[in-house]
Amino acid sequence: MTDQTPALRLEGIVKTFPGVRALDGVSLSVMPGEVHALMGENGAGKSTLMKVLGGIHQPDEGQIIVEEVPTVMTSPLQAKSKGIVFIHQELSLAEELSVAENIYLGELPRRSFGRVDWATLYARTDAILEKLKVGFNAKTIVGDLSIANQQMVEIARALTVEAKAVIFDEPTASLTDAEKVVLFDVISDLQSQGVGIIYISHRMEEIFKITDRISVLRDGSYRGTLETRNTNEEEVTQLMIGRALDLSRNASSHELGDVALEVRGLSCGNMFKDVSFEVRRGEVLGFYGLVGAGRTEIAETLFGLRDPNAGTILLDGEEVRISSPADAISKGISLVPEDRKGQGLVLGMNCRDNMTLPQVGDLSSGPFVAPGTETDIFDKYKEKLDIRTPGWKQTVGNLSGGNQQKIVIAKWLSMHPKVLIVDEPTRGIDVGSKSEIHNLIRELAAQGYAVIVVSSEMPEVLHVSDRIVAMFSGRVMRTFTSEEVTEESLIQAISGITATDKVA
Amino acid sequence: MASMSKADIGRFLARQGILIAFAVFIIGFTLANERFLSPDNVMGVVRSSAILGVMALGVTFVVISGNLDLSVGSMMSFSTIVVLDLHDKIGPALAIPAMFAMTLCLGAFIGFLVGYLKLNSLIVTLGMLSAIHGLTLTYSGGQNMDIVDKEGTWFAVFGQGSALGIPVPILIFILLAALLGIILAKTPFGRKVYAVGGNGTAATFSGIKRARVVFLCYVMSAFCVAVAGLIQASRSMGSQNTVGQGLELDVLAAVILGGASLLGGSGTIFKTVIGVLILGFIQNGLLLIGLQFYVQYVVTWVIIILAVWLDIAAKRGKLWSNIA
Repeated sequence: MTDQTPALRLEGIVKTFPGVRALDGVSLSVMPGEVHALMGENGAGKSTLMKVLGGIHQPDEGQIIVEEVPTVMTSPLQAKSKGIVFIHQELSLAEELSVAENIYLGELPRRSFGRVDWATLYARTDAILEKLKVGFNAKTIVGDLSIANQQMVEIARALTVEAKAVIFDEPTASLTDAEKVVLFDVISDLQSQGVGIIYISHRMEEIFKITDRISVLRDGSYRGTLETRNTNEEEVTQLMIGRALDLSRNASSHELGDVALEVRGLSCGNMFKDVSFEVRRGEVLGFYGLVGAGRTEIAETLFGLRDPNAGTILLDGEEVRISSPADAISKGISLVPEDRKGQGLVLGMNCRDNMTLPQVGDLSSGPFVAPGTETDIFDKYKEKLDIRTPGWKQTVGNLSGGNQQKIVIAKWLSMHPKVLIVDEPTRGIDVGSKSEIHNLIRELAAQGYAVIVVSSEMPEVLHVSDRIVAMFSGRVMRTFTSEEVTEESLIQAISGITATDKVA
Repeated sequence: MASMSKADIGRFLARQGILIAFAVFIIGFTLANERFLSPDNVMGVVRSSAILGVMALGVTFVVISGNLDLSVGSMMSFSTIVVLDLHDKIGPALAIPAMFAMTLCLGAFIGFLVGYLKLNSLIVTLGMLSAIHGLTLTYSGGQNMDIVDKEGTWFAVFGQGSALGIPVPILIFILLAALLGIILAKTPFGRKVYAVGGNGTAATFSGIKRARVVFLCYVMSAFCVAVAGLIQASRSMGSQNTVGQGLELDVLAAVILGGASLLGGSGTIFKTVIGVLILGFIQNGLLLIGLQFYVQYVVTWVIIILAVWLDIAAKRGKLWSNIA
């Protein structure tokens, strides 16, 4: 590999914004056929570097070299024409159009008089889709596809040009384990065709599975490149944050309290059926399953966002009906939703107002809000949860993902709920903040909260839960205690393989 | 300032653009006509802006909640005609509360459609603009309304009276602005309006009853329209069916000029008052330098589009978009 010329080289990239040196002389080179991980905490400069590469920002110093040719990037489209293709975490597809139209958007093959050459369009698209081994065809409407398949469409779009380097930005954020396998196959295909790949992810497991080298950024500067096979998670983590990350099992050592929430035979349309479980005070109950297994839907039902059509919910032993989120909150059930920016926060509002939003009416003195009391609450939880922000006036949208998530958690903690449901507690959050959030969840249980954690990350579920509910296709397959659970048995349960199947 | 880069200056200009443009207008108008900044003229502008201003206060709530209200112009015609008609039939003391009740019903109906049925506010209020206009014409039989005995009633006080040397319409505008400003900035309801407009889903996930908040915004908007109709009726003591026609756009213009985002979640009552004054002075200035009244329509909307552009430019930090 060393005698080849790099597919893509970034040299001494410097980018400053008013008051911040976002990139401080970062260099990176990607060989053809190499999968090169780019890691760093949120705010380390990964996105800025990619924006420079995509021509969205112009570097103050340094240059971009594509196959030994210094190149000035002016826009993502122009970058693509030079063979540099981005696959973003957030999808940018026209949902009403077909797969083929999306892939060739802006460059549809034409016949005379500007008519679209549909035959060629579909044929070309199907040829690409075949390479990706996907289960849909050129005429499928994108809106009908799962998120994972939509991502495949994005990848297919990248393959329409002679790509020299493909940048994957957190591609697995919304994929299930099974779908990840397909993605990794595609990546290894690209690799064998001699395409250089930059792979941005927070997930160590994946990084160690598929990458050849790992480059680490911290605070806008380059911290080094490691050969993946000669390093380990601890070394990478230390390079990223300067300390080690604890991901050991973590069952409660304290006594559990009474049953706070019990669910019996709960069903909701074809989302989930006959679901029963209980969670005690002081306990963390994990929900694990593939995307579409019904985990989030259960959380939403408990929070009054969906109407169940059968089953009972008992809160402290009393049967309750939950008609709306407002109703759930007044009964003591809180939800930290999976989509932090879309559902959890009003991004344009300041930190304090976001934190006190559900109780702004209760805090008022007479007809007016009580800013003093609100600021007290903010200060208390800022300290308790170690939320890093200059002050309560800071707009929430300007905080890092980890700190935003802490604001959402604090929003509910300050109301002392009976049951706290956390859906995807660390999605899109950097490694350092991740372990803080995990510790926080454990601490809350120790303080006597009943906590439900819904997650699609197995290490996370294993790490924080006292018991784990494994779901498959809307049903509870099995509930594990932390002593008996193994990764293997958990994977089997969520894939629909039951003990009886194995015997038969 | 010395360390300001070119980009900083661009951003500063974009952010303060509307005030700078306003200052240029004021200086230009003053040079063109010395009467422009005379106390009489300034008072006249504020006074004639009061009706528009009162309506803009209510629409500010609607816009911050992430919706539009294009029905306020024809709703104001309705209020004016109704109160004038009832004045002679049941007397002013009963006519005023009756008119308020009817106008609030219209607002509640719109609020129900947009809030609880979740219909698109542009379509609903555009439809109501026309429907209420029809309602007004049906009510009046197409006739203009006049108070017969203009001398023998105290009704003129709202539009023509003055207290402490200040015309009553201006007083009403100031008091209502103060009241609504406090509601928006200092009450839980105000906070909820910002939350619903900023991110309706997150507001729902925080237990806020989004439909009710939107409903109440439209009721408040209708209340302001009723006040504006009262001032209008009292000022002229008689009116055509179309007195409020087109005002919905001036109202929206004032709210946007003030800096409220049409996407919802931002804006303040104070900013809206500034927007109302900017609009009033510019329109007055155009008349004083001798331009035809009709030119106002063109100039007003050139200014609005400029304001929206500068707002977006300030957000993305440059005037042009990269995305073709």
